[in-house]
Amino acid sequence: MSNALVTVPKTAKKGEIIEIRTLVSHNMETGYRRTERGVPIPRDIVRTFSCTYNGVEIFSAELRPAISANPYISFYTVATETGMIAFHWKGDNGFSVSSSAHITVT
Amino acid sequence: MSKRRSRREFLSAAAVLAAAASLPAGVRAQATKDLRGTEQDMRVAINHFTGSRPLAKGKVNLEVPPLVDNGNTVAISVTVESPMTEADHVRSIRIFSERNPEPIIMGFRLGPRAGRASVATRVRLADTQTLVAVAEMSDGTYWFGSAPTVVTIASCLEEI
Repeated sequence: MSNALVTVPKTAKKGEIIEIRTLVSHNMETGYRRTERGVPIPRDIVRTFSCTYNGVEIFSAELRPAISANPYISFYTVATETGMIAFHWKGDNGFSVSSSAHITVT
Repeated sequence: MSKRRSRREFLSAAAVLAAAASLPAGVRAQATKDLRGTEQDMRVAINHFTGSRPLAKGKVNLEVPPLVDNGNTVAISVTVESPMTEADHVRSIRIFSERNPEPIIMGFRLGPRAGRASVATRVRLADTQTLVAVAEMSDGTYWFGSAPTVVTIASCLEEI
């Protein structure tokens, strides 16, 4: 259930703009649906996403029920130095997933 | 206490059951109708984001497929014209919906380290509508772009 998939280039030139693509598995239950008996299904979504580059936050997102199941987010960043790019997702009912990728900058 | 039911009792009980069975459908239809947002809801949400400061058209390119078969997964992207330097960059982007139950679809925070102010995600759309993306710049100005889309199968409001 708690799987994350991130795509970060393994190597980049210093100053190069790189694309980062992320996917986390989650149902993203909106809170607006009902069972066939009319009982509301409580909301259960990923609320926040953040990305840090060697410990410094470079990008974050606030997710709402309008985000599709298995939230996909892609964005760009400048390759500044060799190190770790880390990803964190947090959500309802204590949902918390982290992932990271190493990048070598030359 | 077992008592044989008379025909009259049986019929009235059956009528009550039939009425009860037909009720949830009506209640659900009502709920579905009320859940969808309006253009006014979106305006209020945008004003809240900008603090009612002036909003200029331009710089923001919101890409949404013009025709959507399935509103459950719609790939959208926002690109903002900006040099993304320390002095001049995009601080945040928010995407708004006219017809979804909630006017805010998503928010992003970025900065000069992004290099390029471009984000993509996949969203749910409850109806045919126009989406609006608003960007907050580092100089405190707000810019927007919009995109209409036709949705044939809506998301969000179905039963399971």
